[in-house]
Amino acid sequence: MIELKNVSKWYGSFQVLDDCSTHIEKGEVVVVCGPSGSGKSTLIKTINALEPIQKGEIWVNGTPVHDPKTNLPKLRSKVGMVFQHFELFPHLTVTQNLTIAQVKVLGRSQDEARKRGLKMLDRVGLMAHKDKFPGQLSGGQQQRVAIARALSMDPIVMLFDEPTSALDPEMVGEVLDVMVSLANEGMTMMCVTHEMGFARKVASRVIFMDVGGKILEDCTKDDFFGNPDARQSRTKDFLGKILQH
Amino acid sequence: MNLSFDFSFYNWDLISNFILKGLYFSVMLTVVATLGGIFFGTLLAMMRLSGRKWLVVPATIYVDGMRSIPLVMVILWFFLLVPMIIGQPIGAEMSAVITFIAFEATYFSEIMRAGIQSVPRGQMSAGQALGMTYGQNMRLIVLPQAFRNMLPVLLTQTIILFQDTSLVYAIGAYDMLKGFEVAGKNYGRPIEAFVAAAVVYFVICYTLSHLVKRLHKRIAIIH
Ligand SMILES: Nc1ncnc2c1ncn2[C@@H]1O[C@H](COP(=O)(O)OP(=O)(O)OP(=O)(O)O)[C@@H](O)[C@H]1O
Ligand SMILES: [Mg+2]
Repeated sequence: MIELKNVSKWYGSFQVLDDCSTHIEKGEVVVVCGPSGSGKSTLIKTINALEPIQKGEIWVNGTPVHDPKTNLPKLRSKVGMVFQHFELFPHLTVTQNLTIAQVKVLGRSQDEARKRGLKMLDRVGLMAHKDKFPGQLSGGQQQRVAIARALSMDPIVMLFDEPTSALDPEMVGEVLDVMVSLANEGMTMMCVTHEMGFARKVASRVIFMDVGGKILEDCTKDDFFGNPDARQSRTKDFLGKILQH
Repeated sequence: MNLSFDFSFYNWDLISNFILKGLYFSVMLTVVATLGGIFFGTLLAMMRLSGRKWLVVPATIYVDGMRSIPLVMVILWFFLLVPMIIGQPIGAEMSAVITFIAFEATYFSEIMRAGIQSVPRGQMSAGQALGMTYGQNMRLIVLPQAFRNMLPVLLTQTIILFQDTSLVYAIGAYDMLKGFEVAGKNYGRPIEAFVAAAVVYFVICYTLSHLVKRLHKRIAIIH
């Protein structure tokens, strides 16, 4: 469903992505990990063209993302994204956050959008907060609303960029629970995260990126965690560091 | 010099005959110039932040140019030039309205530019990720927040603008100051008239400033 072919990207002369190729099939959950600055956020944002690329090809459900003629807003409306810092719209209520893009982008009626949005809000367990403003919610609650907002658009794939790394530890679980249930329902997902428990539970594959924007490992979860001898030494170092915690 | 003031000539007749008409124009000019100034100022701010040279350069020249000329000169030049350009005379009042919108837009554009920059970049990314176009993002996500963040500064600029409207004096438009002046002349009490004008400007502006300060505090608490 998603295919990246030899993708490279530079900021000026600084290379952030170096010949990255991978693919995600329908229903797969792919976890991306790697050290800070290795280009994980950049990689995931190339998929909905929030970050343009200079070389290579990206295909999402048959649409060429790299093609300048592609209608990007239309493509993005089908690709859900969840950010590290939630990025809810602070001047709008929770319900308005859930409906605005459904109405403005998908052309749904207010009623229809509200129905759909509240259904998603219910699914992340926050129905009681529908009339509040984002600033009145905890970080974990905000992130769950952000997930509901993305789901309201009926996306074909969900992208997560470190959805739990800005949260207090006691709120990480509630967000991961939502993500696990999504994965179990067969949602296609790409998640940048260092939550290896999550990866072990639901990932189909794990991608490891290293400094310089290279994909160093791209293998099944069982291979990644169960077969350390086949891993590169950089990967072993990294896993050793984060699994200690 | 005889400094004994006599304000006894101020009665309702005088106020309604001379002052209210001027006050009405001053307030109207302030409101129209604020709304128009914010509208065109926001356009200028968006041009300057667009990153496109063909938009950035003209907007920057316009803003920097206007801000380097004293307002009273702009008022005079507009009044003299515009009739020559459009081939027919326009009244002092109409000329003042156009001038103030054009001039104040440059100040409001600086405020709105700071306001737009005060909205985190991630907000735009989130809107884009939901499939919203640049225009929708600006209109629905970025500008409402920029406007809210800048509200106290915008209102403060409006108060300054209200004071500046007295400069239309230079082209003979009938504003509040002119009203006092005419009244003073008619009753042979020009000094008292200007003192009274100063008091009225002071009371209006001081009260508004105070309200803005309280608003500022309330916004700070909500955040
Ligand atoms: N706008 C930019 N201009 C220049 N360099 C940038 C820009 N954005 C990111 N970079 C650089 O690109 C590299 C990759 O950044 P990216 O955010 O994708 O890394 P990351 O793997 O997500 O890191 P983290 O774990 O800290 O989020 C970093 O070295 C970063 O400094
Ligand atoms: Mg990142």
